[in-house]
Amino acid sequence: MSYARRAWIVLWKDLVTERRSREALNALLFFSLLLLFVFQFALGDRERLLAVLPGLLWLGFVLSGLVGLGRAFLAERENDCWEGLVLAPGDKSAIYLGKLAGNLLLMLVVEAMLIALFTVFFGVELGGALGPLAVVLALGTLGFAAVGTLFAAMTSQVRARELLFPVLLLPVQVPVLLGAVKATEAVLAGEPLAGVAHWLKLLAAADVVYVTVGVLTFEVLLEP
Amino acid sequence: MTVPTRVLGWLATLGLAAGLVVAFGVAPREVTQGNVQRIMYVHVPAVWVAYLAFTVVFAASVAHLWTRSPAADRVAAASTEVGVVFLGINIVTGSIWGKPTWGTWWTWDARLTSVTVVFLMYLGYLMLRRMTDDPERGARYAAVLGTLAAPSIYLVHTSVYWWRTLHQPPSLLKAGSATMPAVFWMAILVNFAALGLLAAYFVLRRMDLLRREQEALA
Repeated sequence: MSYARRAWIVLWKDLVTERRSREALNALLFFSLLLLFVFQFALGDRERLLAVLPGLLWLGFVLSGLVGLGRAFLAERENDCWEGLVLAPGDKSAIYLGKLAGNLLLMLVVEAMLIALFTVFFGVELGGALGPLAVVLALGTLGFAAVGTLFAAMTSQVRARELLFPVLLLPVQVPVLLGAVKATEAVLAGEPLAGVAHWLKLLAAADVVYVTVGVLTFEVLLEP
Repeated sequence: MTVPTRVLGWLATLGLAAGLVVAFGVAPREVTQGNVQRIMYVHVPAVWVAYLAFTVVFAASVAHLWTRSPAADRVAAASTEVGVVFLGINIVTGSIWGKPTWGTWWTWDARLTSVTVVFLMYLGYLMLRRMTDDPERGARYAAVLGTLAAPSIYLVHTSVYWWRTLHQPPSLLKAGSATMPAVFWMAILVNFAALGLLAAYFVLRRMDLLRREQEALA
């Protein structure tokens, strides 16, 4: 079986499980809606909210990402399917890429939902910013999901994993968050992407580094 | 304790004594900042030693992933602990220096922020080790994190530096800014050597303890 096919099977398995149970997506959408209320209560009026919109958006993405990605390997662990992953033939990094693709999809769906909720509830006008925003979202989310997938595999096997997962992930994600928020700021202000090219390059570099480390080291995490 | 470790310990003691003499006796009082500036002789070498220790963590982590050698893991574990301690010293002395000089204990300055993020990253590494029940698995997980942390240091520094464009330029190690008199440099380098020896001594002692722990558990 080819490498791509093995990655695809892991992704397909997760998608089918999610389609049948709708566990992660339903809970995350509900969670995003609740976040909007928290933001509204914390900031009060629309002016203040719009002034910090890029930061709020990414705060929403990160919080739902922490909730969503932390459980990425829960099914394998609770249903004793970890051995199944270990016994899968061939290069184990295919499993990592499959899982990463699933997490990336999940996060992008939740992010799209959050943006839609923001436009409805806070009257945010996106207009022509949607295209550049998608580029920033893709670059930032890939970096977040790449490390998140790796750390989720790690913390699923340790004590106090719900606590350790964000504690490990957040400091490493500082470059991604800073870059993504700065780029989102520029995009929402209607500036061209060229103005924040250095941030986009940093995000791309972070993505490459994180995915490479994930591919190279995932097999080590999978061992029982 | 082996003879080389013992010798290293005494060398570190001598170095620290020499460092104190140079910092307080030889180096003159700085004109604008006064005696507070002398804290630099600990502050700057401490961060160099910490980052040196994290370089060792990276090399040892990669070596452990490659060979699964328990010794490489002990090097990584001991160096992380020592690096975190020295980085903590750097942050605390910086804060003590900042209060009279900048008038505040803390400011969201680029280097202050990035160094503290790195500090939190390696604290997480220590927590991960502590919270993994199986020591062999803990060593593997820590090695993955130790490998990822090294490029992350670079990314964190770059991003925080860009985020705070109103930074003050690095006062040392910058091309064409050799404005500091040689005597200040000498005081920093003597203390760097002393703290470096001390860190190496701590790492060796800690590795020895870790080896005994593992032997007792085996």
